[in-house]
Amino acid sequence: MSFWIDPINFVIAWLKGLLESWGLQPGLVTFVMYLIGAFVTTLLAMLLVVFLIWLERKLIGRVQDRLGPNRLGPWGIFQTFADMLKIFTKEHITPDGADGVAYNLAPVISVGAVLMVWAVIPFTATVVGVDFNAGVLYLMAVGALGEMGVILAGWGSNNKYAMLAAFRAVAQLISYEVPMVLALMIPVMFTGSMSLQALVKEQDIWFIFLAPVAALIFFISSIAEVGRTPFDLVESESELVSGFNIEYSGLKFGMFYVADFLHAFTISLLFAALYLGGWRGPGAEQYPMLGFVYFALKTAVVYFIGILMRASLPRFRIDQMMDLNWKYLTPLALVLVAATAVAGKIVPAEMAGLRLVVMLALNGIIFAAADRLMTRRRSARRQVAQAPRPVAHYVQPAPTDPGD
Amino acid sequence: MITGLQAFFLVNALITLFAAVKVVSSRKLVHAALWLVLALMGVAATFAMLGSRFFSVIQVFVYIGAIATLIIVAVMLTRNSMEDVGPQVNRGWWLPLVVVVLLFVGLVVVLSGWGDFGLSTRTVGAEGENVMELGKALVDPNGFVLPFEIASALLLGAMVAAIYLATDRKEGKR
Repeated sequence: MSFWIDPINFVIAWLKGLLESWGLQPGLVTFVMYLIGAFVTTLLAMLLVVFLIWLERKLIGRVQDRLGPNRLGPWGIFQTFADMLKIFTKEHITPDGADGVAYNLAPVISVGAVLMVWAVIPFTATVVGVDFNAGVLYLMAVGALGEMGVILAGWGSNNKYAMLAAFRAVAQLISYEVPMVLALMIPVMFTGSMSLQALVKEQDIWFIFLAPVAALIFFISSIAEVGRTPFDLVESESELVSGFNIEYSGLKFGMFYVADFLHAFTISLLFAALYLGGWRGPGAEQYPMLGFVYFALKTAVVYFIGILMRASLPRFRIDQMMDLNWKYLTPLALVLVAATAVAGKIVPAEMAGLRLVVMLALNGIIFAAADRLMTRRRSARRQVAQAPRPVAHYVQPAPTDPGD
Repeated sequence: MITGLQAFFLVNALITLFAAVKVVSSRKLVHAALWLVLALMGVAATFAMLGSRFFSVIQVFVYIGAIATLIIVAVMLTRNSMEDVGPQVNRGWWLPLVVVVLLFVGLVVVLSGWGDFGLSTRTVGAEGENVMELGKALVDPNGFVLPFEIASALLLGAMVAAIYLATDRKEGKR
C-alpha cells in the first residue's frame, strides 16, 4: 500500500505499527486508533463549518443581489474567523431561572448528534468510521438525539417562546421522520443491507435513477429535519422571536449555529451517499482518494441546491407543513415502498436495463398520479371569497403650489 | 484482574442504575424524564457491549427517539413540571418496598436454579447479528408472524382511536 494510492489508510497503518512497537496491547491500540479517528473526523467537520458559513453567506448574498462578506481577506473568506474570535471572547451567560444542566447540555447534544452521523459515512472505498449492518437505522437514531437537544434547549431556557418552539420542533421532527424512514427503506430493499458502505457499493446505477421519487421525499424530509427554510417554523422570527435558542448567546448560541450548518451539510453528504452513488466514479476503486473527490463534488451539488432552496422559498405555515407531510409525503412514500417491492421482485437485479426502465416508469406513474390528486384536492379546497378587486387606484396627485 | 470491557460494563451498569433510581427520586418531573433517557442509553450501551449493534441502535431509536420524547413533551404540558413541592412518599411507602424486595429475591432464587445462570457473557460475532434472519423470522409462519401481526393490529387500533378522539366534529356539519 503506497502513500499516493490511499494516504489515509497508509497513515492509519503507520500509526498502528508505531503504537504496537511501543508494546501496547492490541485491544488498547484499536481503542486509541478509534479515539484518534473520532477526534480527527470531528475536528475536520468543525473546521469545515467555518468554510460552510462563509460559503452560505456569500451565496445567499448573491441570490439576494448583495455582495455578502467581502472585507476580510480575499472574497471575505476570513470573515467567519473574525466572527469566531468574537464569539469565543463573549461571556457565558446562563439566564436566571433557567435549568442549569438542561440549558448547558442542549448545545452540546445538538452538535454531538450531527457529528455522530459522520461515524458511519463511507468517504471512500476504504475510509469509513464504522461500517455495520444497521447504519441506516443509526442515522435515524442519532437524529432522535438531535431532537432531544432541541427539547432540552426549549425547556431549560425557562422562556415561553423557547418552549413553544420546542413543541413545534418536536412535532415537525417526529412527523418528518416517517416519510424519511420510508424513503430510506427503498435503497435498503435494493441492496438487502443496511450498511451504508454496502448501499454505496450496490449503486451500479445510482439510486436516484431507480427511485427518483424516494430521493425527492428524502431530500424534502431531510431539509425539514434540519429545520431550514422553507421548514424553519422552529425559529420563525415573526412568531417566536428566534425559537428554541432565544435565550442563548455567545459560544452556546454559536454551538446551535454550528449544528445547523453542519447538519445541512451532513444531509447533503447522506443524500450523495444514498442516492448519488457516494464515492463511486471512474477509477475510484483503484485510487480511493479519487472517490473522495467524487463524493465531495456530488455533496457540493446537493448542498448548493439546498442553499438555493433556502434563499428562494418562503416559509410554510404550520398547517401547510403538517399537510405536506401527513397528507402527501407519507402516503406517497407508502405506495412507493409497496410498488417498488413488487416491481423489484418481478424484475430481478440481473436485468439492469429493464429494471431501470420499469422503475423509472413506475416512479413516473406514481408521481403523476400523486400530483394529479394534489392538484385536484387543492382546487377543491380553494374558495372564492369575494370577486377580485383592484389593489390600488392610481390617483393623479394634486399639483402643489410653489408659492406656499 | 478485570479487563477493560468488564470495567466499562461496571461503570455503565452503575450509571444506568443510578439514573434509574434518580428517575423515581427526582423532584422535577422533566429531570426524571431526562434521567430516564440516560438509563435507556445505558441499556443501549449494554447491548453495544454484547456486540449487538442492531439492538443498541433500535434501543436508541425507539426508546429515546420516540418514547422518551413523547414522555418529555407530555411532562412539559403538566402543571407542576418546574417544581413539585409535595412530599415524595406517602404513609404506605414500606409496602411496595417489601413487595419489590420479595420479588427481587424470588427472581434471583429462580434464576440461580437455571442451568445457564453462571455462564459468562458471549458476544455476537464481529459482523453483528444477522438482521435478515430476524426479518424473515418476523414474517415466518413457523416464527413470529402471529405476534407481529397482532402487534400491528393493536397499533392500528390505537391509531384509529387516537384519530377518533382528536377529530373535531362540528354539530351542523356532516
